[in-house]
Amino acid sequence: MESSAVTLEKNKKLPRSSSLWRQIARRFLQNKMSLIGLAFLIFIILFSFIGPFFSPYVNLGVDPTNINQSPSAQHWLGTDKLGRDVLTRLMLAGRISLLVGLGAMVMSVVIGGVLGIISGFYRGIVDQIIMRIADVLMTLPGLPLLFIMAAILSEWKVPTEYRIYIVMLMLSIVGWPGLARLVRSQILSLSERQFMQATEALGLRDTRKLFKHLLPNIIPLLIVSGTLSVGGAILSESTLSFFGLGVVPPDASWGNMITSANSLLDFQKRPWLWVPPGLAIFLTVISINLLGDGLRDAIDPNMRRR
Amino acid sequence: MGNTVLDVKNLLTQYYTNGGVIKAVDDVSFSIPKGQTVCLVGESGCGKSAVAMSIMGLIDGGSGGIKNGEILFEGKDLLKLKKHELRQLRGNDISMIFQEPMTSLNPVLTIGGQIMEPLMEHELISKKEAKKRALELIELVGIGRAEEIFNSYPHQLSGGMLQRIMIAIALACSPNLLIADEPTTALDVTIQAQILDLLRSLKEQRDMSMLLITHDLGVVAEVADYVIVMYAGKVIEEGPVVELFKNPKHPYTKGLLKAKPVINQRQEELYTIAGQVPNLATLTPSCYFSERCEQCMAICKEQMPKINDLDNGQRVACWLYEEVTTV
Ligand SMILES: Nc1ncnc2c1ncn2[C@@H]1O[C@H](COP(=O)(O)OP(=O)(O)OP(=O)(O)O)[C@@H](O)[C@H]1O
Ligand code: SF4
Ligand SMILES: [Mg+2]
Repeated sequence: MESSAVTLEKNKKLPRSSSLWRQIARRFLQNKMSLIGLAFLIFIILFSFIGPFFSPYVNLGVDPTNINQSPSAQHWLGTDKLGRDVLTRLMLAGRISLLVGLGAMVMSVVIGGVLGIISGFYRGIVDQIIMRIADVLMTLPGLPLLFIMAAILSEWKVPTEYRIYIVMLMLSIVGWPGLARLVRSQILSLSERQFMQATEALGLRDTRKLFKHLLPNIIPLLIVSGTLSVGGAILSESTLSFFGLGVVPPDASWGNMITSANSLLDFQKRPWLWVPPGLAIFLTVISINLLGDGLRDAIDPNMRRR
Repeated sequence: MGNTVLDVKNLLTQYYTNGGVIKAVDDVSFSIPKGQTVCLVGESGCGKSAVAMSIMGLIDGGSGGIKNGEILFEGKDLLKLKKHELRQLRGNDISMIFQEPMTSLNPVLTIGGQIMEPLMEHELISKKEAKKRALELIELVGIGRAEEIFNSYPHQLSGGMLQRIMIAIALACSPNLLIADEPTTALDVTIQAQILDLLRSLKEQRDMSMLLITHDLGVVAEVADYVIVMYAGKVIEEGPVVELFKNPKHPYTKGLLKAKPVINQRQEELYTIAGQVPNLATLTPSCYFSERCEQCMAICKEQMPKINDLDNGQRVACWLYEEVTTV
């Protein structure tokens, strides 16, 4: 936020010279695939958050007289076994899936960023402790870990409306270690750079070194890894919800929409129940990855995914 | 005491390397009188930067450390100061300029922001006041268009301009001592001269003391009041610049001065000192220069010469001059 303010000011006064952020924008706009990804994401966001206002079925809910209808002029994507409009549910589910993905990302970035910075900057024993915890979390495979946590939490009978926050939290527990490691290694390599030695020679206090010198340098990394992690979070949420361990009905998520099509009959004869949410997950995750890759290439052409 | 800004006594700084522990600075003592420029010269790897880093307290604890000695700055031993006391001195009373201006500035921060930092840190002035001072400093180091420079990023400026900016940052809080570690080595020749002139005139204006590190004897001749010659971590000769240039005593200093190309005076072949700097990890008690010395004697291989005062204010560590003082 700091740096964008600086950029604005600079663009006013030095119109000819291209600032760092301008170069980034230019490189980004040259990348067709990531623009396609961005376009689809904007579409899916509008679809999920604005779409329901145009649907006549939002408040209707269950309609026993109208179950398992195939797509028609009234119900473009048909209805499910409780008679709900699939298109409307797809929109409402999108809200939750996107929010969970975004929320999990923000939490992972905050936790991973803060712990990574602390590790890399202060080193020593603090670093050891944080990194060993991260190691443990990273050696445990992600999905089984999520399943175990989810199963334990299901026992606690969390009210369904809080359920999505719990899911975000779980996803960020799995997500932060990778980010913390990336941030830490970036901080370590930045600390070796001469300008950090210069800050020491200038007698700057740690807070200034951290927030003015190190943080702006890792913001690109945070943006890119954050973006990419949203895709992973949406995927994990869908998986958990598919197995009934994530977002649970009556709240809809793309994952638990697919669950409701779990009989062979539904699978074979009623593809409108599971194809739309499946496609939504697939395309959203792909788009996020395209966007993330594009951002990475634009921000730092030398930064390659490890 | 009142006349001495910096007094380094018996400084011993070690680095831990794969080959073993090396004494990058070995029992070095010198002092810098107020308002004077002391030049530290010597070949690459002789420990010049290690001296500067020791004074600034920048030796990274993982790769080395100061094992002995005192560094008295205006009477206070820097090695005994607490972390926050040292922080208040650095960038405020003692500043340092590094060799590479390109890498010494943070690439994602504006030039202006970086000049304002030490001001806001040490003088506790408002952002507005700091900006005013920063603009003045940019003018002071001889760059016009201060507003525009203030808002630009390091990658938009040339090396010479960046080094001027580094000088502006170093001088921001009017330090009493400026340490410049090869401030012109990374720049091309015409710019080198400008930067040196700038440093010299600012030093005069502000009555600052300066420790200038260089391997360029041309630079020394131009700016130094006093010269210290280092070899393999030790001071082997020192003296006022005129005496030392006119009448070098140590065979190494003689070699250095002969190796210096003289303009308008073409030599058949540039003189070079034969051989190489010894490996610092495997030194034995001897004159460290003995391998390369044309006047080496038996005793030189067995015992290290002590540094001794000569009559004219010079000091030299060489067996050739031992009898002058002992007999
Ligand atoms: N971080 C470090 N770790 C280990 N050894 C080091 C380190 N820094 C310097 N040294 C060693 O210490 C000795 C002195 O190095 P120093 O950098 O002080 O030399 P210098 O005189 O400044 O040389 P130059 O003219 O190349 O800058 C060298 O032998 C060098 O290899
Ligand atoms: S002490 Fe001996 S070897 Fe060393 S410089 Fe003097 S004469 Fe040469
Ligand atoms: Mg050096």
